[in-house]
Amino acid sequence: MEERSEAELIAAVLGGDSASFEPLVAKYSPRVFATARRYARRDSEIEDIAQEVWLKAFDKLKSFRGEAPFEHWLMRMTVRTCYDFLRGHQRNREASFSEISEPEEDWLDRFVAEPGNAAEEADAAKALINRVLDRLSPEARLVIQLLEIEDRSVKEIAELTGWSVPLVKVRAFRARAEMRKILARMAKDKYL
Amino acid sequence: MNLAQLQQKLTAAARLQAPDERVPYAFEKRITALLAARAALSGRALWARGLWRAAVSCVVLALLCGAVSFFTPAAGDNNKDLSQDFENTLLASVDQADATP
Repeated sequence: MEERSEAELIAAVLGGDSASFEPLVAKYSPRVFATARRYARRDSEIEDIAQEVWLKAFDKLKSFRGEAPFEHWLMRMTVRTCYDFLRGHQRNREASFSEISEPEEDWLDRFVAEPGNAAEEADAAKALINRVLDRLSPEARLVIQLLEIEDRSVKEIAELTGWSVPLVKVRAFRARAEMRKILARMAKDKYL
Repeated sequence: MNLAQLQQKLTAAARLQAPDERVPYAFEKRITALLAARAALSGRALWARGLWRAAVSCVVLALLCGAVSFFTPAAGDNNKDLSQDFENTLLASVDQADATP
């Protein structure tokens, strides 16, 4: 059977054929899940986010005008759903750094002794950054993730989040300061 | 400890984490089933659910009224009945007119 184009599938869904939504879900779910995994850790939470994204996408499909690719429209929805998730799950933000694992402590010791020798690709460094990200406020986390980790431009972030460009800049400034504050607290917990 | 350098190192570590694009088995089928279930629930089903709720509320209200009237002791003195008092007051002028020669 000939594969239908995205526009045809969307038109069919809007015409009442909800089964035509399935190929779209199959095609873009990997990207939705990859994005959700950047903001949530547990499998159940990641699946909840992905499910919410797709249900929202179905409900709001009428608002998709087809001027930009469907993927961009869907990614905006995904990022905003992830942000809502972060705002709704602000637990553990106040926890201390006393419970960091032994490899993470070793990595930090190595960094303190000789910063050049602490490899970024080490699992401990990845665990440590995840721990730091978990302690950031939702706004700061979203900005750090998009700006610093995914290397997106301020304009792109404004489009994804729906914030204005000046607001993204202000939040980026505050997010970096917040991250430094968390790192300072981590250093204090460990070395003082 | 150089915090700016640590921040750079950890951000670089985060960048190195490859995006995990795994999708649970038959996820798209689950979404389609959810959408179908939602569609079935809409329309007549929503009306039916609302009417059932209204019916249950009415039955509960009727039972409560029944219980109140059943357990409330009946008034022994009929003269103290509110309806009787109301009628006496209303017809007082007529009674007076009849009594006057």
